Amino acid sequence: MKEFTVLDLLDLDLKEHNHLQLTCIAGRSGLSRTIKNAKIARPGLALSGYFVSFSGDSIQLIGRSEQSYIDLLEEKNEYGNIEKLFAYNVPCFIFIGDYRPSEHFVELAEKNATAILSTPLESSDFSRRLYSQLDEVFAATMTIHGVLVEVYGIGVLITGDSGVGKSETALELIERGHRLISDDTVKLKNISDSFLIGSGENPMLAHHMEIRGLGIINLTNLFGVGAIREKKQVELSVFLETWDSSKQYDRIGDSLTDTFLGITIPKIVIPVRPGRNVPILIETAARNERLKKLGYFSSKEFDQNVLKWLESEAARKMYFSDDDATGETGIDQ
Amino acid sequence: MISKELEVLNRAGIHARPAAEIAKTSSQFASDIFFEKENMKINAKSIMGVITLGATYKTKLTCIVSGPDEKEAIEAIENLFQRRFEN
Repeated sequence: MKEFTVLDLLDLDLKEHNHLQLTCIAGRSGLSRTIKNAKIARPGLALSGYFVSFSGDSIQLIGRSEQSYIDLLEEKNEYGNIEKLFAYNVPCFIFIGDYRPSEHFVELAEKNATAILSTPLESSDFSRRLYSQLDEVFAATMTIHGVLVEVYGIGVLITGDSGVGKSETALELIERGHRLISDDTVKLKNISDSFLIGSGENPMLAHHMEIRGLGIINLTNLFGVGAIREKKQVELSVFLETWDSSKQYDRIGDSLTDTFLGITIPKIVIPVRPGRNVPILIETAARNERLKKLGYFSSKEFDQNVLKWLESEAARKMYFSDDDATGETGIDQ
Repeated sequence: MISKELEVLNRAGIHARPAAEIAKTSSQFASDIFFEKENMKINAKSIMGVITLGATYKTKLTCIVSGPDEKEAIEAIENLFQRRFEN
């Protein structure tokens, strides 16, 4: 994985409720330091001199209480613990609110090449935003050959061999009002071991498609901004394969799963042959997936209804028949 | 399985045309052909994928080939890189 530096943290392109609103106020030469883990440390105890199990390789968040403690130390001219903190080569310090560190603190930061960042947000709000971003940055990732589309709000990952018609299927889905996240290469991220997020490998190149015979097309220009999305949770895996008449396909529909980065999602295998409308099958699968999320499993409910009906049929038969027919119903008397 | 490191020798890097050449060459073989760069692993038979690698001049890519015609495939691809993707 590429190293994640303090500068990358400043550069994260985030919007509205995710925005970290960070600015660098001192120690610019420290912007190239790498952040090695997704943890945030509050160095309160360290400032008071207790360095046991101090996480020196984490981002140091200086909230209001730490700030007032730093002021207190500086008033008494006790710089020992602050200097010791710098000696740990922490990735960076982040000051909460409009607090500005003293000249001496800034000097130390310049001397040790440690960046000091500032955010106007409150520490709880800031921590929440930063944690969720770091989770994404440090998430396990993999790239996969496939197409990711959003169909009725469900993220559908379409995979299959080269030339089976993944892109054409996606194109038809877009034509029908669904959205494309990425064509050809999909980057999957395991977010805190609970769900998968898929996006394009490169935001500059995403939303382009290569269709044999047409070449490279720009979907945003062709279909408008409503036809695209930047990222989406992957909730269904669809595998397209050329129809193999000797193979047995799932006829009831609830058994297959796919696992990416340790996260399991339902899977369907669609055999493709000329004349089969694959997009409509995927649409139906997505609708079915939404039903399942609402607690309605079509195939299971259907089976239960069949069982109920068989039972009542048996009861009917038993009721209307004479004694010697009861054996055939298979119901014990 | 054969794995080999290849270097991009043309100044412009792998843009659309070289990517098309790579995909065209790769598609002639039955083997699975992948390029690896950092943590990306990309199918060489897909043009958009190859472009996504963002391979500039002097970038080193690892080419991984496995399948029945892997020897011929790696040779053809190496040759293509050495020709700077020109015919």
